Amino acid sequence: MSGRSSMRTPLERVRGLGSAHTGTSDFWRQRLTAVAMTLLIVPVIVVVIMLIGRNHAGAAQMLGSIPIAIILLLFIVASTWHMKIGMQVVFEDYIHNEKLKIACVMANNFFCVAVALASIYAILKLSSGV
Amino acid sequence: MALSIVHRATGVALYFGTLLLAWWLIAAASGPTAYANVQAFTGSAIGKLIVFGYTWALMHHLCSGIRHFVWDLGYGFKANEREALTWGALVAGIALTVLVWIIAYAVGGGR
Repeated sequence: MSGRSSMRTPLERVRGLGSAHTGTSDFWRQRLTAVAMTLLIVPVIVVVIMLIGRNHAGAAQMLGSIPIAIILLLFIVASTWHMKIGMQVVFEDYIHNEKLKIACVMANNFFCVAVALASIYAILKLSSGV
Repeated sequence: MALSIVHRATGVALYFGTLLLAWWLIAAASGPTAYANVQAFTGSAIGKLIVFGYTWALMHHLCSGIRHFVWDLGYGFKANEREALTWGALVAGIALTVLVWIIAYAVGGGR
């Protein structure tokens, strides 16, 4: 540690939040969404199993019911956020060409937001019964 | 045991597997024809294999992730503890996958 070479206090250094300028927020959100999904996984699996063998009308009615829609919405938000962070880490670890890395991180964001919004839109549409 | 790469690999598989979940929800919102297409795919041999693989990837990633929680909380760093956690995650992931499919077949009548 080069404690003597700088007048800055440890707190002052921490406030710079490192090279990402966002500190440990991705680390924290990765754990937050992981815990959320650990809590949601049993209800989500129950919903999926209950849907097996149902025709469209039965499935649409079930997916549009309020508790099931809320469970799935929570799971979609947690999972797409979690996978956005996870895939970004993979890109940052393995892609060493800076421009390609930025393109991949951007594409990752687009993919995750598109999957999230398409799924959320589908559930809201089923819930509104249109 | 080098299982951390499996945690990452199952994560990447789940990333693309999410497309299946999104397709299924969009089909349900679109109508009977689109929904029948999804059911035809998930009912086919290749579809079942993909969904089975997705189930294992999800269960393994879950168990392996819980192992990471244990480490995040500061436990399980001794050599024998690490081995036990890693093998536990591997075995539990496979066991949960089989369990989910047994329940699915029992409830869904093996569609």
